[in-house]
Amino acid sequence: MKLVYLGVVLAPLIGSIIAGVFGKVIGRSGAHWAATLGVAISFVLSLITFNHVVLGGAPVFDETIYTWMVSDGFSFEVGFLVDNLTAMMMLVVTFVSLMVHIYTIGYMHDDPGYQRFFSYISLFTFSMLMLVMANNFLQLFFGWEAVGLVSYLLIGFWYKKETAIFANMKAFLVNRVGDFGFLLGIAAVLMYFGSLNYAEVFADAPSVANLTMEIIPGVEWNVMTVTCILLFIGAMGKSAQVPLHVWLPDSMEGPTPISALIHAATMVTAGIFMVARMSPMYELSVTALSVVLVIGAITALFMGFLGIIQNDIKRVVAYSTLSQLGYMTVALGASAYAAGLFHLMTHAFFKALLFLAAGSVIIAMHHEQDIRKMGGLKKYMPITYWCMMIGSLALIGFPGFSGFFSKDAIIEGVHASQIPGASFAYVCLVLGVFVTAFYSFRMFFLVFHGKERMDKHTKEHLHESPKVVTIPLILLAIPSIFIGLFAIGPLLFGDFFAKEIFVLPEHDVLAKIGESYTGVLGFMLHGMMTLPFWMALGGVLSAWFLYLKRPDLPAQIKQRFQFIYNILDKNYGFDIFNNAFFAAGSRGLGRLLWRKGDEKGIDGFMVNGSARAIGWISVRVRNLQTGYLYHYAFAMIVGLMLLLSWYLPW
Amino acid sequence: MNFITPDFMPVLPEIFVLTMACVVLIIDLYLKDENRGVIYLLVLATLVGAAGLTLFVHTPESVTTFNGTFIKDTMSDVLKVFIYLVSGVVFLYSRDYLIERKIFKGEYFALGLFAVLGMMVLVSANNMITIFLGLELMSLALYAMVAFQRDDKNAVEAAMKYFVLGAIASGLLLYGMSIIYGMTGTLDIAEIGTKVSEMPSDNIVLLFGVVFILVGLAFKLGAVPFHMWIPDVYHGAPTAVTLFIATAPKIAAFGMLMRLLVDGLGSLQAHWQEMLVALAVMSIIFGNVIAIAQTNIKRMLAYSTISHVGFLLLGIIAAGANGYSSAMFYIIVYTLMGLGGFGMIILMSRSGFEADELDDLKGLAKRSPWFASMMILIMLSMAGIPPLIGFFAKLAVLQAVIDAGYIWLAVLAVLFSVVGAYYYLRVVWYMVFEEPKETAPIKASFDVQVVMSINGLGMLALGLFPASLIAMCAAAFG
Repeated sequence: MKLVYLGVVLAPLIGSIIAGVFGKVIGRSGAHWAATLGVAISFVLSLITFNHVVLGGAPVFDETIYTWMVSDGFSFEVGFLVDNLTAMMMLVVTFVSLMVHIYTIGYMHDDPGYQRFFSYISLFTFSMLMLVMANNFLQLFFGWEAVGLVSYLLIGFWYKKETAIFANMKAFLVNRVGDFGFLLGIAAVLMYFGSLNYAEVFADAPSVANLTMEIIPGVEWNVMTVTCILLFIGAMGKSAQVPLHVWLPDSMEGPTPISALIHAATMVTAGIFMVARMSPMYELSVTALSVVLVIGAITALFMGFLGIIQNDIKRVVAYSTLSQLGYMTVALGASAYAAGLFHLMTHAFFKALLFLAAGSVIIAMHHEQDIRKMGGLKKYMPITYWCMMIGSLALIGFPGFSGFFSKDAIIEGVHASQIPGASFAYVCLVLGVFVTAFYSFRMFFLVFHGKERMDKHTKEHLHESPKVVTIPLILLAIPSIFIGLFAIGPLLFGDFFAKEIFVLPEHDVLAKIGESYTGVLGFMLHGMMTLPFWMALGGVLSAWFLYLKRPDLPAQIKQRFQFIYNILDKNYGFDIFNNAFFAAGSRGLGRLLWRKGDEKGIDGFMVNGSARAIGWISVRVRNLQTGYLYHYAFAMIVGLMLLLSWYLPW
Repeated sequence: MNFITPDFMPVLPEIFVLTMACVVLIIDLYLKDENRGVIYLLVLATLVGAAGLTLFVHTPESVTTFNGTFIKDTMSDVLKVFIYLVSGVVFLYSRDYLIERKIFKGEYFALGLFAVLGMMVLVSANNMITIFLGLELMSLALYAMVAFQRDDKNAVEAAMKYFVLGAIASGLLLYGMSIIYGMTGTLDIAEIGTKVSEMPSDNIVLLFGVVFILVGLAFKLGAVPFHMWIPDVYHGAPTAVTLFIATAPKIAAFGMLMRLLVDGLGSLQAHWQEMLVALAVMSIIFGNVIAIAQTNIKRMLAYSTISHVGFLLLGIIAAGANGYSSAMFYIIVYTLMGLGGFGMIILMSRSGFEADELDDLKGLAKRSPWFASMMILIMLSMAGIPPLIGFFAKLAVLQAVIDAGYIWLAVLAVLFSVVGAYYYLRVVWYMVFEEPKETAPIKASFDVQVVMSINGLGMLALGLFPASLIAMCAAAFG
């Protein structure tokens, strides 16, 4: 099996190298074949892995593949940990990635950077697989940074577009903040556990749980809490939690397949995956769990509000991603890790579906993304329409669709949780359901129903997208409907994650819900009687009322509540604050250090000064090398004499 | 007197190389000029054969033969294999250069093989006579090779300097050996080891012997202040010979140093350690600082060699299995990097044009992007930038020297390798950011291209997977 695991990881890497390095030689179709084939191999091998590990019940694979180096007793290794959690993630990542590869063939058809694009997305698949298959923190960090790098490269894929460059810079800087916390967290792990290997760290966790550290003298902090919160800061960056969420909406400057693969389905869920993986540590710190819970709840609700006022089709989906990531984070905070992962999986499918469907609309509209200029597309694009419908229903958690099961489980879990902040989170989540339903169907109605508001030229050319685009849509639509039905039993209430996730008995909210769980049908019936379902229905109806029945109302409401609209439009002022405070502040500080510290002190005195001094010495000393043989012989004899005199008894 | 037939098995590779060197000389007599390629192929075959034999006779435990004058252990076997490898690549890189300058002669290769034989004897010597024999065999062949282009004034001057200074150094070394012999009454390294350890360690005569031996060793390695020959010889010699002198003999010199200082005079470690500290510090400082002022790549690399020797000495100073294996790792990595660096100069030069000025590198990235990237890998590796192998070599010796308690030495070495990074990166700057003087891409035959690519990519590959090479060096001192 070791070879299979290596194959899973290496196939996309090789595909990426072929497409990237030899792109010019093998041409456009060569590049897409190489990359797609690599990912396809990876997907097939992931299926085999899933069959072997999950269905075949093979023991957990936890082995070091290569020891990179050993320094001071710490070994830095590349190793794989393949258990049910990893197998699930591998399957999700490779499946969505494969769909996106196929879709890209159609979407990027005329782009001059075609080969480069395939090289990047294959490289991303490799990095993401390294991340999820890691058995130690170092490799996790490698994957973490590598996906960040590829994300940066892809947001700025159209590097001649000013806004894209700004967006990728922003994503990079914001992620740097998160990664800094993450790196500190890893350093704390190394310091207090003396190992980077998951198994060893988790085994030691209970003994570290009660240690304290003193960073500020006199104030003692619990080591586990500090470590977990630091690691979570990393997750906040990558999984775009408030206040490090600001990069994700802007990342929509990248091509749509990327938004689907990286900024919705896989990379942004890395933080969720990481926290779930670290459950044996988080469980030991209620404070950390509480922080996770509250941050997640704020993200879930307040990012949803922003979705309501967006007019760019991709941005609506982007804000819904933010809010759904908030749901997953809340699940982690409530110790319902399995529910968070379950939502991660269902979300990966339906969000990729929504993005790719949005992309399909964008192709048809000739790269027009403003939903105010669309409308009535239903009759032109039936396949896209139905796929979008399925995606939206899954997103709002309509009973029977995959999102319903995972989202309902989270809400129920939070309801039952005793972690401080759980009641606040519960309110946020339930309100969030209404908001989600509202903005999803606002977009849906504006795009596919109502008046046709596009210009004449675009209208004449409207037609359904080609097969390479629609087939991935259909393939993604299938799990978006059904995966929840099949997975809920084993994933949430079975022993799927028994070995992977550790939950203290007093936190185990899923077990509590599980007591009354009788089956899929029962869960659905119960779901229809609870508040979230009615909130969702209310959201859809309000959207219908405001945007189809009385399309004149939204403008009036906007007029009436100009103040609130402005707050939302300004993204609660996060961007303004960041620009004014962090960006301008650090630029100012930078300028100060540059003028005073760098130019005069370091450059002037130390660097140029010492360089000049060394250069001066160098030229002088060089003259010692006269070229005369007797000088050289003399130097040798002098050297000999000096060494001899060392030992003379003076 | 009873004459016991010695065990020939451990000496099989040496006997084979000796025989082949003679065969090469004889065949050469009967060859027409256009068939000289036969000799070249024969020499490469000899090196491959010798490598095969060395692996064949390899045993984990050490074996002595010829009355204890010859020793074969893991260290000697590993060093020999790298000597073959490096020499083979040297011949391969040199071929076109020699043909273009019309010095593609049988003698060149015969001398090369004799030098290789000298190196083999040197790393396997267990007796002061054998050491001297190997050293002189190697040196004499090298002197002749430097002067190979007889009508080139620079080359003859370089050969003259090399020979005279080399003779002085050999004299000093021999004088040191005779002092030690006078004190201990034996030439056998192992016996010297036991005898010396029984004497008081502040015996002034013994210490003088150590100083003379150390000076001889320092000359061969090229440590300051016994380095003066290096820039002039490297610069004056035909690049193909520079490439040879700069690489394989360093491995042999390391072997000689281990035999004499560690095996023979190990009990005086406290004393030679002090002297080596002085030499290492001066080498690292001088080498790196003077390299900056050079405009000729061969001279620049010569000074960089001196600084690398300083680093190598750090490993010896650290002592112990850890220190010695790190030094061995360093010297092997250094020769691989040196091969690439000098090899690239050979690659760029044509008949009548040496391409050894820094200006000649301008715009290489535009002319031949692939070769330029190989050169960048090699330069960055020499500068010690992770994840290239040069970084791990530096890391290993620095770690060893810190473990031995010389933190200040490690700090100094790191500071001056920052200075060193300047001139390595300047090469990169010239290649990438300067406009080329000419636009024609570099021409090279297919096998050279392949080996050069392996050489360059090897820096990265070994840097990502350094474990096997490190393990090999550790095994030599297990």
